Order: sequence, then C-alpha cells, then structure tokens
Amino acid sequence: MNAIVEWISQPWPWYVAGPIIGLMVPLHLILLNRTFGISSSFRHVCAACIPNNLDFLKYDWKSESWNLVFAGGVLIGAFLATTFFSTDEPIALSEAAVARMGEMGIRDLLGQHPAELFSWSFIGNWRTLLLVLGGGFLVGFGTRYAGGCTSGHAIMGLSHFQLPSFVAVLGFFTGGLIMSWLVLPLILT
Amino acid sequence: MKNLIALVLGTLFGLILVKAEVLSWFRIQEMFAFQSFHMYGIIGSAVGVGALSVFLIRRMKTKSIEGNVIELKDKAPRYTSAYLGGTAFGLGWAMTGACPGPMYALIGSGTTIMVLAVVAGVVGVLTYAALRDKLPH
Repeated sequence: MNAIVEWISQPWPWYVAGPIIGLMVPLHLILLNRTFGISSSFRHVCAACIPNNLDFLKYDWKSESWNLVFAGGVLIGAFLATTFFSTDEPIALSEAAVARMGEMGIRDLLGQHPAELFSWSFIGNWRTLLLVLGGGFLVGFGTRYAGGCTSGHAIMGLSHFQLPSFVAVLGFFTGGLIMSWLVLPLILT
Repeated sequence: MKNLIALVLGTLFGLILVKAEVLSWFRIQEMFAFQSFHMYGIIGSAVGVGALSVFLIRRMKTKSIEGNVIELKDKAPRYTSAYLGGTAFGLGWAMTGACPGPMYALIGSGTTIMVLAVVAGVVGVLTYAALRDKLPH
C-alpha cells in the first residue's frame, strides 16, 4: 500500500496524465451527455449571482448546474492530491526555465505558483493585484468572447476538428506569447 | 445522478491537474517559452485520445447514459471572436498561470488567493455580456 501511495505521489509524466485528461471527452459525452468544458461555470455563477438584464445571461443556468458541481469536484480532487498524494519536491522545470525565472526576478521555485506573487501576504503588492485580478478578468472575458477555454476549445473542440477551436487556440498562444515574452518581464522587473 | 457523476469526474480532473502540474504558473511560463515538451505532450496526447474517442463514438453510434445517440454540434463559425477572445484569454492565462480548471484546482490545493481570480473572471463574463453587441464576432 505504501508503495502505491509513494508511486502516485510522484508527479505524473505527460504520457500518463495527458491521455487521462483526454478521457474526459468520452466520459462527458457518455456519462453526462454533455461536451467537456469548464469555463461556462463562470457564466453560470454570473447568471446565478449577479442581478442583471443582459440577454447573454438570460438562460436556464440551473439545467447546467452539473458544471458547477464539476468545478467543485476539481477543487476537491486538487485538495486530495496536494494533501495526500504529493511530495515537497519543487517542480522539475527545465534548466532553461529555471534560468529564465531568475532573470524575471523569481527566486522561490517551490510549490505550484510563485509564493512571492500569488499569496495573501502580498495582496498589497500591485504586481500581485494586477496578475490575479487583471489576469482573472481577461480569462473570464476571453473565454466567453471566444466561446471556450483550454478544455472546451483546445481539448474538446480540437478532438472533433472544429475550425473555430483551432483559431481560438491560435489566439490563446498569441496572447500567451505576448504576455510571457513582452509584458511579464516589464511587470516583474 | 448527473450531479454525482459530475462530482466524481471533477474530482478525477482536479487530481490530474495537480499530478500533471498543468496548474503551475512555472509550467505555463515554461510552455510559452518553449523550454519543455511537458505541456505540449499533455495537450497533444489529450487531444489524441479525445479525437480517437469522438471517432469511435460516432462510428459506433454510441448512446449516452440517457439513452440518446450521442451527437456533437459544430461550434458556431465565428472566427473573429474566436481569435480576439482567444487572445484575451491567452494574456490572462500567462498572467495568472491558470485557465479556469486550474483556478479551481489551485484554490483546492492551497493557493487560495485564486478565489480573487475567479471573482475577476466572473466580472469579465459580465463585461462581455454588457459589451457583446458592440464587439466584432
């Protein structure tokens, strides 16, 4: 038993994790009769919690409430994985990535996210606020404008060869490359 | 029943997001700098398994648990919004180091400040809903 826990606690290589993520596609279609996606949950929260008179938010979100439960499950699964099936080892980044983090002034490479940017103790730091609030806003706005996120477009959409999804993924990388190469270095240094 | 299935699938997805490290800001920066194959391997193999599944489900006319033959609707052919919205999303993805699934996963795994990113994301949806008629699609 200990050997199994120890094995599970190691980070999983891409060729184990990727195919299991891919299985979300048939599991959703067969067991839920829905396509795989998670960013719609933001829209459901918006429709459910914010009083408004906007056409885009007038729909029967309750019939899609499974998506909110799915999001809750993600939170629980991540809690279980981090609490019971993880090691304290830092993520095995490539040497080039480690060097680039140093150039961007990020010293602490422990954990999943840089603690010097993404923690409550730095809530007064403008960088933290910009990245968390500005980034979160763009993710919410962008997913609805594009009609999906990494799950709904990149994995579900590409899995059934949807041209709009391919265009959206090109957009994901346009934005990501601009931010990672041009803007983030300005923000962080 | 549907909610129970969604809860189980969500838990599995959250577990994998942690084990595969795809919720990591470090991994996302590494990906956008083309400094590791890790993220590309994950997305590529996920799409491979997803595409094979869709092919088989269509070929075998598989029924869902609700008894209907599974049919996949095409995405609306709106390319301007796919690209511009995708670009906005990509900017936010590289800032937070997280797309929506990983945001929930990060809250569960202890980076609880991501609650604020989700709240900001909901405000982003509201903004889109308000501007929708004025944006090119």
